[in-house]
Amino acid sequence: MKIFNRFDFTRHPFIATAIVFLAVASVMLLSAGSGEFPLSPTKIVTALFGYGDEFDRTILVDFRLPRIMMALFVGMALAVSGAILQGITKNPLASPDLIGVTAGASFAVVLFLTLFSDENNSLTVSIQWLPLFAFLGATLTALIVFTLSWKNGIAPFRLLLIGIAVAAFMQAGTTVWILMGPIYQASQATIWTTGSIYGANWSQVYVIMPWALLLIVISLLMRRQMNILELGDDIATGVGSRVQRNRLLLLLVSTGLTGVAVAFAGGIGFVGLLAPHIARRIVGPKFQSMVLFSAGIGALLVLIADWIARVAFAPVEVPAGVWTAAVGAPYFIFLLMTERKKGGS
Amino acid sequence: MLHTNTTRGWGIAIGIISILFLMGSSLVYGYTNTTWTDAYLTFFHPTTSNVHLIIRDVRLPRALIAAFIGACLGVSGAILQSITRNPLSSPSILGVNAGASFFVVVGVVFLSVQSLQSYMWLSFAGASFAFILVFILSSTGREGLTPLKLTLAGAAITALFSSFTQGLLVLNETALDQVLFWLAGSVANRPLDLLVTALPYMVVALLLSFIRAKELNVLSIGDDVAVGLGQRTVWIKFFFGACAVVLAGSAVAVAGPIGFVGIIIPHLIRSLVGLDHRWILPYSALGGAALVLLADIGSRYVLMPQELPVGVMTALIGVPFFIFVARRKLGI
Repeated sequence: MKIFNRFDFTRHPFIATAIVFLAVASVMLLSAGSGEFPLSPTKIVTALFGYGDEFDRTILVDFRLPRIMMALFVGMALAVSGAILQGITKNPLASPDLIGVTAGASFAVVLFLTLFSDENNSLTVSIQWLPLFAFLGATLTALIVFTLSWKNGIAPFRLLLIGIAVAAFMQAGTTVWILMGPIYQASQATIWTTGSIYGANWSQVYVIMPWALLLIVISLLMRRQMNILELGDDIATGVGSRVQRNRLLLLLVSTGLTGVAVAFAGGIGFVGLLAPHIARRIVGPKFQSMVLFSAGIGALLVLIADWIARVAFAPVEVPAGVWTAAVGAPYFIFLLMTERKKGGS
Repeated sequence: MLHTNTTRGWGIAIGIISILFLMGSSLVYGYTNTTWTDAYLTFFHPTTSNVHLIIRDVRLPRALIAAFIGACLGVSGAILQSITRNPLSSPSILGVNAGASFFVVVGVVFLSVQSLQSYMWLSFAGASFAFILVFILSSTGREGLTPLKLTLAGAAITALFSSFTQGLLVLNETALDQVLFWLAGSVANRPLDLLVTALPYMVVALLLSFIRAKELNVLSIGDDVAVGLGQRTVWIKFFFGACAVVLAGSAVAVAGPIGFVGIIIPHLIRSLVGLDHRWILPYSALGGAALVLLADIGSRYVLMPQELPVGVMTALIGVPFFIFVARRKLGI
């Protein structure tokens, strides 16, 4: 870790980003290789190109790869979403979980589990509809939060307060539904709200991939607007930025990213909160370098978390959401304690 | 709204009267029909009839517990928002609830702890442990204890503990079944002994923070200015941090984690009485008590004869009110 202190990555964000994505690639390889049937890196590469053992190919392509790809995109989406939100609100505590997006998705999922299950606890409709429900819950909640905080435009602070309130309301609603249902649903819902990418398959990956990439590219294209917004409303208006329009656009991008991530991975928490902070402490506050680096950190967090979830207690699965904080928080605390210069926030 | 000290003083008086009225209502209203006369008779001409038993042994502890933990959560939230200088912080964001829940779940899973009394000590220990950890972590490093570091360390510790808790619960479904009711937070079915054990700590912390509330005003003008004025800010932060953890810790020890009270009450109060902590703290105590009492009474009626956890009701009642205030006035 000494290297992070000695080498000033704020001046070379590109190198830092390259390193973090290299780490992402190696964790992906490591995760693809480990499990009940270990695969060596050479076997992985040959299997990827369609050669090698039929059995290896099935394990890799049908079982492990979809999860790994899902972890990659979920991590990037959550981290970028958090980076945007913290930038807009200028509050270090802001994260997609805090302003109710995740809580809305949880509520929708619990509603789905209760409405579409019969007395034998089996679902009456296909589980494939669950992500759609979660996404609708997330976006509807975000729209409610935006509408309630709209008063001649969205003031960031009002947005946070109202977001917290709506989140609490949604959580209360979720608890009520869980309490009224059987204990089986309670444990299902607990697993979902903890967040897990246990059941990821290729068709889901094909949905999240273009969506996440598109929104991340949009947020990169809006880097200048973002940097200006961080200077404060007055300066931003003064230099001719259309503050409200840009803010709303960026908020929509942020919500879209969280929505699609929670739709497939449940309430994986802390990535959106921690990744941008870690990034800011290593590459500095400039949005374009920060956002890419956070995306890498987010992907790294979820990949490692999912890898531990899969391997550590096999055959029992501990949801990945448990591990994101277990991995990320200690590192973040380490950064907090060893910080040398005044850290941006 | 209340601008002069005279009106603020009257406000306190009205607040105390409303709390007493709410506590009375808490004794009288619920699934079993009772009247105000019954409540009066219970205390002055007690009999062993069912009605009297219910009022004395079931509803009285509830009313007292609701009032006290509400007051503790409100004051603790006000203090924490002031020392972190972040209007979003609250006991639950600084790790108190997460630490308490973690210790209780560890106790249930590994030590087969079952009595409410031991839950209480575990959660108090967990709350203090988490909070002290947050304080130590945020005071190390070159800059020392800044509000930002305190907030971030709190968020990280919360994240860490709640993920451990969830992990344990996912691995152990019987434990989930056993502690779910505790984790939801409730003031019902808690014996009065719990409150009596915690009461001295609560009262001392409340009084100490009321007496020294003036120092919080100094903090809110910023560390540099406060130091320039000759204040020892680290000491003030540590003192009030200790008060806040005792308050929030004993509240969670008695009633389990109840969120939201600590975050919204200070906002509502600031929009009512302004920025002077000598008034904010007592008003937050009254406001917190009123919210939890109201929520507890409401929780009996929503799903009758079942009851909702009070943490759910504080959100359902508090949220619309809070949104109204947040929209009406910016910068509260």
